[in-house]
Amino acid sequence: MEPDTNKILDEVTQGEYKYGFVTDIETEYAPKGLNEDIVRFISKKKNEPGFLLEFRLKAYRHWLTMKQPGWAHLQIPPIDFQDIIYYAAPKKNKEVTSLDEVDPELLATFNKLGISLEEQKKLAGVAVDAVMDSISVKTTFSDTLSGLGIIFCSFSEAVQKHPDLIKQYMGSVVPYTDNFFAALNSAVFSDGSFCYIPKGVRCPVELSTYFRINAANTGQFERTLIIADEGAYVSYMEGCTAPRRDKNQLHAAIVEIIALKDAQVKYSTVQNWYPGDRNGVGGIYNFVTKRGICKGSNSKISWTQVETGSAITWKYPSCILLGDHSVGEFYSVAVTNNHQQADTGTKMQHLGRNTRSTIISKGISAGKSNNSYRGLVRITKNATNARNYSQCDSLLLGSACGAHTWPYIQVENKSSIVEHEATTSKISEDQLFYCQQRGIDTESAIGLIVNGYAKEVLKQLPMEFAVEAQKLLSISLEGSVG
Amino acid sequence: MRLNDKYTIMLISINNLHASINGKEILKGINLKVNKGEVHAIMGPNGTGKSTLASVIAGRDVFEVTSGEILYKDKDLRKLSVEERAREGIFLGFQYPVEIPGVSITNFMRTAVNELRKYKGQDPLPPGDFLRLMEEKKKLVEITSNLTNRSVNEGFSGGEKKKNEIFQMAMLDPILAILDETDSGLDIDALRIVANGVNKLRTKENAFLVITHYQRLLDYIIPDFVHVLFEGRIVKSGGKELAFELEEKGYDWIKNEQEV
Repeated sequence: MEPDTNKILDEVTQGEYKYGFVTDIETEYAPKGLNEDIVRFISKKKNEPGFLLEFRLKAYRHWLTMKQPGWAHLQIPPIDFQDIIYYAAPKKNKEVTSLDEVDPELLATFNKLGISLEEQKKLAGVAVDAVMDSISVKTTFSDTLSGLGIIFCSFSEAVQKHPDLIKQYMGSVVPYTDNFFAALNSAVFSDGSFCYIPKGVRCPVELSTYFRINAANTGQFERTLIIADEGAYVSYMEGCTAPRRDKNQLHAAIVEIIALKDAQVKYSTVQNWYPGDRNGVGGIYNFVTKRGICKGSNSKISWTQVETGSAITWKYPSCILLGDHSVGEFYSVAVTNNHQQADTGTKMQHLGRNTRSTIISKGISAGKSNNSYRGLVRITKNATNARNYSQCDSLLLGSACGAHTWPYIQVENKSSIVEHEATTSKISEDQLFYCQQRGIDTESAIGLIVNGYAKEVLKQLPMEFAVEAQKLLSISLEGSVG
Repeated sequence: MRLNDKYTIMLISINNLHASINGKEILKGINLKVNKGEVHAIMGPNGTGKSTLASVIAGRDVFEVTSGEILYKDKDLRKLSVEERAREGIFLGFQYPVEIPGVSITNFMRTAVNELRKYKGQDPLPPGDFLRLMEEKKKLVEITSNLTNRSVNEGFSGGEKKKNEIFQMAMLDPILAILDETDSGLDIDALRIVANGVNKLRTKENAFLVITHYQRLLDYIIPDFVHVLFEGRIVKSGGKELAFELEEKGYDWIKNEQEV
């Protein structure tokens, strides 16, 4: 007779989503709906140069010809794209040069989120570009970094100050034709981060961006572009949280990374968007296209993600290994609980010679959720001596959840080696009893065991994130994130 | 629900205990009393209920107590959950310690130690003190490896697993320690080390239930009482000489006596 682990897990599901609150600031909204006028409105609001408006319009017109894909292992309620506001900005009266001038309500918001733009953060060596509902509020450290030639600013600011870089690289990794949501993003993207690291420069601080969806019915269409020039190094952290809402919110972002010869980019994400309540009502839809190209030889791009939130997660941070000897890595922990759904994974495309890729995916399902890993390892004809190692593990908590794996392996070169391992496991009753017999209660035991399971991925995270991620894993299974 | 700290000398009193699993009765009326400072050995052939007794005292809910009672520190033990029993000082040294991949022993022990302290109203042990405690207790069972790098029982040999159980016992300083076949699978050197560890932990305030199949362990951990468990009941009790008699005559002796 199996003791009621399921009952225990049910009991463990309670508590409020602890980041649920709203900031009351005057926002400026575009009218609901999407048409060419809205696209022009957005571009005008942001005072964009002509080439960008043209880019948006081409993307929008292309989007009209596309259909939302249906191949994922996800049940997505129909999205009414006309029932969304595509632009919302808090009213800014003047330029802020110091933190004292930033709207105190906004600062309070960031404090609640645990983000402080204060000196303490500066001392910790983290530069923060805080995005508040489509407008970047303040970019700290930009002066310090600019001394090294590093550009780290909002995407909008980059459009104004470095249009040539934008023109050269934007859309070069994720063209607007890539997929339905990429086209949408390319038409209506609001803001995001831009980062350029010059030749031979190692960025001395972890770069970071915090997102926030505040106003109801505003989709977030963030756009991030990171360029690491030859021999450069940067570690970038992305972390999001969102307030509680009843209406689903669409989040269709694009992240493009370009790594030139000998450059390295490390991109880490800790994501806990509002996942919907225990009955599956509400929650963020996180449909993201993230891709990096290892353009130059010896370049390296690493994606590390800890995904615990969102009602529906649909993303495949990927690498195009074009340069010879380039390396792509993907480390992921994806947790789903209650009625969450995730279809996530990666694509490693080996084009150059002697390229290597590593995929470590740890899925954790609980409640009635569904968690899928979908991965592609593609070795093209000329990718001599390519190496791939993939490990996809699933951990099931309880018996009403699902874990699925869809590995695609396409090999067109005889000298390559591709390894794939997969395990599926449950937390055994023996393990739980062992912990309990040492005085550790069930909730803490599950937290311990799950963190142990995800260790290989968590240790890839920068220190600041690793601690947050560990707590997040325990919390998301305790149920305070629903 | 904290238990009485000033209980009588009788630490645990088991009266007419019946327990089943999946409807099948394993314990058929166990009577056993253990006082502070005593070491009791429980011997018996395989499948006779020794491990079941250990699991039931620890509170494993896969076993159903159908009748009888267990009084621990003068209170009804059935009212406490597994972790509460542990925090009240009951320790089970498992016969087959399970692996917990990815969870380092250091992390595991620190969680357990601090839970115990929290239960007693104490603050968590500062990291420096905790590490010193680890080093001290490791010496007891001659563990030299760095336990921070090792996951609980993962890749451990049989002997290492058993030493690890005694190490954990030393760290948690229990009041009633139940050692379930701690000697099984050990060579003579490992046996000596494990037994030494246990002996160093014996005090007037704690008690041990040593479950073993063979007399050999009892050369090193000298019991005050020996009980023979046969088909779910304690059928014979005596002093340490009983163990020698069993060794000499074998369990068939008991079987035959019972059949009569």
